[in-house]
Amino acid sequence: MAETSTQLSFENVFLSFGGTLALTDVSFKVIKGEILAIIGPNGAGKTSLLNCVNHFYSPDRGGIIFKENDLTKIPPHKIAKLGIARTFQNLALYSGLSTLDNLMAARHIHMKSNMIQSIIYWGMGQKEDIEHRRVVEEIISFLEIEHIRKAIVGALPHGLRKRVELGRALAMEPDVLLLDEPMTGMNVEEKEDMARFILDIHEIRKTTIMLIEHDMGLVMDIADRVVVLDFGSKIAEGTPEEIRKNPIVIQAYLGEEHI
Amino acid sequence: MAVIRPSGDFDRNYNQDMALIRKPWQWVLLLLSIGAVATSPYWAPPYVYIKANQIGYTLIAVQGLNILTGFTGQISMGQSAFMLAGGYISALIVTYLNLSFFIALPLAALGAGLVGLIFGIPSLRVKGFYLAMATLAAQFIIPWFTLHMFPEYLGGQNGIISAPVPVIGSYEFNEPARFIHITLFVLILTTIAAVNISRSRMGRAFVAIRDNDLAAELLGVNLFGYKLRAFFIAAVYAGLAGALRAHSSWQIGSEMGYDLSESIIFLGMLVVGGLGTNLGPFLGTSLIILMEDFSNIVGTKVSAVMLTGMTERVLTSFRPIFFGLILMLFLIFEPRGLAYRWQLFKASWRLRPFSH
Ligand SMILES: Nc1ncnc2c1ncn2[C@@H]1O[C@H](COP(=O)(O)OP(=O)(O)O)[C@@H](O)[C@H]1O
Ligand SMILES: [Mg+2]
Repeated sequence: MAETSTQLSFENVFLSFGGTLALTDVSFKVIKGEILAIIGPNGAGKTSLLNCVNHFYSPDRGGIIFKENDLTKIPPHKIAKLGIARTFQNLALYSGLSTLDNLMAARHIHMKSNMIQSIIYWGMGQKEDIEHRRVVEEIISFLEIEHIRKAIVGALPHGLRKRVELGRALAMEPDVLLLDEPMTGMNVEEKEDMARFILDIHEIRKTTIMLIEHDMGLVMDIADRVVVLDFGSKIAEGTPEEIRKNPIVIQAYLGEEHI
Repeated sequence: MAVIRPSGDFDRNYNQDMALIRKPWQWVLLLLSIGAVATSPYWAPPYVYIKANQIGYTLIAVQGLNILTGFTGQISMGQSAFMLAGGYISALIVTYLNLSFFIALPLAALGAGLVGLIFGIPSLRVKGFYLAMATLAAQFIIPWFTLHMFPEYLGGQNGIISAPVPVIGSYEFNEPARFIHITLFVLILTTIAAVNISRSRMGRAFVAIRDNDLAAELLGVNLFGYKLRAFFIAAVYAGLAGALRAHSSWQIGSEMGYDLSESIIFLGMLVVGGLGTNLGPFLGTSLIILMEDFSNIVGTKVSAVMLTGMTERVLTSFRPIFFGLILMLFLIFEPRGLAYRWQLFKASWRLRPFSH
């Protein structure tokens, strides 16, 4: 990587629930424009780590620095506005809205219409809707979901919903995209599509991506670097090549399965 | 369910795609309906425009509740208490400040809105059942306030004060045949506002909160801010409804109702009509109010035949039974309400004869 400026920096993050430690002294940096995979067994603390970025969880100690802000001190909705978007391990779509409206709803942070302008709508509210509709339509055609544009997402099959959720995150035009197991429950073909989308996003939009994924083959293919968590601790960090050879990783995690 | 449109109905730009009323005949139909209600005092029996007035102001309260409960997913059991607040504010402004009803009306809406805002604060911390309990407080505190505070202004234990007849120049809106025009006018405005809200940035934030509050927050919606906006708007609607009801019946007070059972009936109307749709409040409110009258007729007949001398008692018990029955039938057979049925009907009609 030619230029290596830091996009997101985890600094000694501790998180516990009651007595159990979910994250222990986790520190690493996410480099601008990279695809960083977070891997580790179930319960290792991967989702918890993303939840800390969103300040859905508050770390007991430590900081997460993004654009000179400590995210652990900022309310979640403002973090979104700073440029962080995500998808969820278990889908969290607005199930009563259409695909289009799910994406439009994600434009919230970029829109300005206030209560009065929303109520009057003519003028500002409508003008803004049309402007943002253009951005959303681009994403819809990029993800090849034109045919379900007006479908209520609650009724869509799982694979498509995952895709709509990615679209919703993209509609926020984030600097950092957090993807929590974007390919779970998908068949091979859907996984390949999803991998292609992730690579395209990375390529075209230069978005920094933090990706949690269990499919090791895929991770090794698309990630620039990998961070390995085990029981809440970071046990390794490096390129896929390095991780594959790392004896601690092999022992703690990969030993039980093939890689 | 995807929206199925008649074939050949394509959009050439986003503006058209977003339009709600797509065909000239739809405009014609809409204007004809408004015209029919507006002219009803000249051609229909009094029952029609008296009912239209009652359905009108009730509908406004239910529209407000729909924004809060149907779109934003926050249950409120205080809607009729906010009507009471609106009715009082407007009556007091007209009586003591000598201002026109038409100035008092928006002020009453605003006042009720602020009261609603206060009772919306618990939504920061609680939702679902607990929020319902918290909003229930409004249903006790507001009537208590009107009964016990400032009795010289609020009527004290009588639970009633008079609400002056609105006037423009020398024209008095002193009977339903005239008042219906005020109600209809306000209803048109509240309907436009409701439709606009539901298709705008704020409306999408509301539905986001309803469907997944966690995701909404992580995707940039200020939960508390938008919940409070929903509470405010719902209470503004209630305030308008309360003021209309007060000045069309010339009085306001807890003696006139505005109690918990009314708040619950509003929720029932919403369920029957279809939560979170703009058509729902129209269908649900009309159906329930007309059904109440129907139950009165049936009740009178029944008691005349079987229970002579007990008409009064039969009638008072008949109405809640009817309401309860309708609500239960809907919850069992069509929890998505009449508006959803209407959508299905339209879609199947368009696909005919290839609907299967
Ligand atoms: N909200 C919570 N309450 C209690 N424990 C939690 C919560 N979220 C996560 N945990 C615990 O933290 C640990 C890490 O969980 P998680 O981050 O979901 O793991 P992963 O995503 O790597 O599978 C687990 O032991 C889990 O039980
Ligand atoms: Mg997880």
